[in-house]
Amino acid sequence: MGVKVIIPTPLRVYAGKRDSTVVKATTVGEALVGLTTEFSDLRKHLFTDEGKLRSFVNVYVNDEDIRYLAKENTPTKDGDTISIVPSIAGGSDLFCCRR
Amino acid sequence: MATTPTLRMSAEIAQKIREHGAQGYPNECCGALLGRDADGTSAATTGGGVIQPPREILALFPLVNRRDDSPRNRFSVTAEDVRDSEKVAREKGLDVVGWYHSHPDHPARPSQYDREHAWPWYSYIIVSVANGKPQEMTSWRLSDDRSDYACEEIAIRDSAAK
Repeated sequence: MGVKVIIPTPLRVYAGKRDSTVVKATTVGEALVGLTTEFSDLRKHLFTDEGKLRSFVNVYVNDEDIRYLAKENTPTKDGDTISIVPSIAGGSDLFCCRR
Repeated sequence: MATTPTLRMSAEIAQKIREHGAQGYPNECCGALLGRDADGTSAATTGGGVIQPPREILALFPLVNRRDDSPRNRFSVTAEDVRDSEKVAREKGLDVVGWYHSHPDHPARPSQYDREHAWPWYSYIIVSVANGKPQEMTSWRLSDDRSDYACEEIAIRDSAAK
């Protein structure tokens, strides 16, 4: 028994097409390290080059957003479920390209 | 040599994306692309080497652009919106396979900001809207190493041939 990590659809191709995995972890940070150790190709999509969680990567522990808990130091216990949920952003270079 | 992946949709769905772009003008519109990847043998390969089967868009889930501070050149879909989109897709027996948004008075080309915020695997449709009228529509997928976008061929089939 460990912590279940739900892998979002766009990243499953980097995790052997699996939708979840189970890791041993006492914090969210440890769980994400466990996940990216098992599936190293996930790392660049979840973390910046500086090792910070990308701004459009949202992490929930049992449906609670970790931004409102202790972020990556949020404690986890066996049986918890961590969900990684994308947010989507973009837009044009309108104002930098207009003369 | 890398082959361009293909995104298929009906003329009706293509028209709905264009109309949403026009309705939202001068702001950016956005929404989810619901569909599935085909299991056919005509797989394509992106620069990253991942096999990309043709993808079919079968429904749309229009969303509200959450970027109130800069809606003319930015769009945002919250994690809650993503979860709602996935729920709607599941109810239809489909997946969220990508996202669409408009570029008001700007070409249908991904910006640096688009690339920095993109996820792999998803298709990103961009429709250009000039003076309120929809123009070119393109689709893109982020490369595995996040360095570039691969253009995805959009194949629009006749509504009568559904």
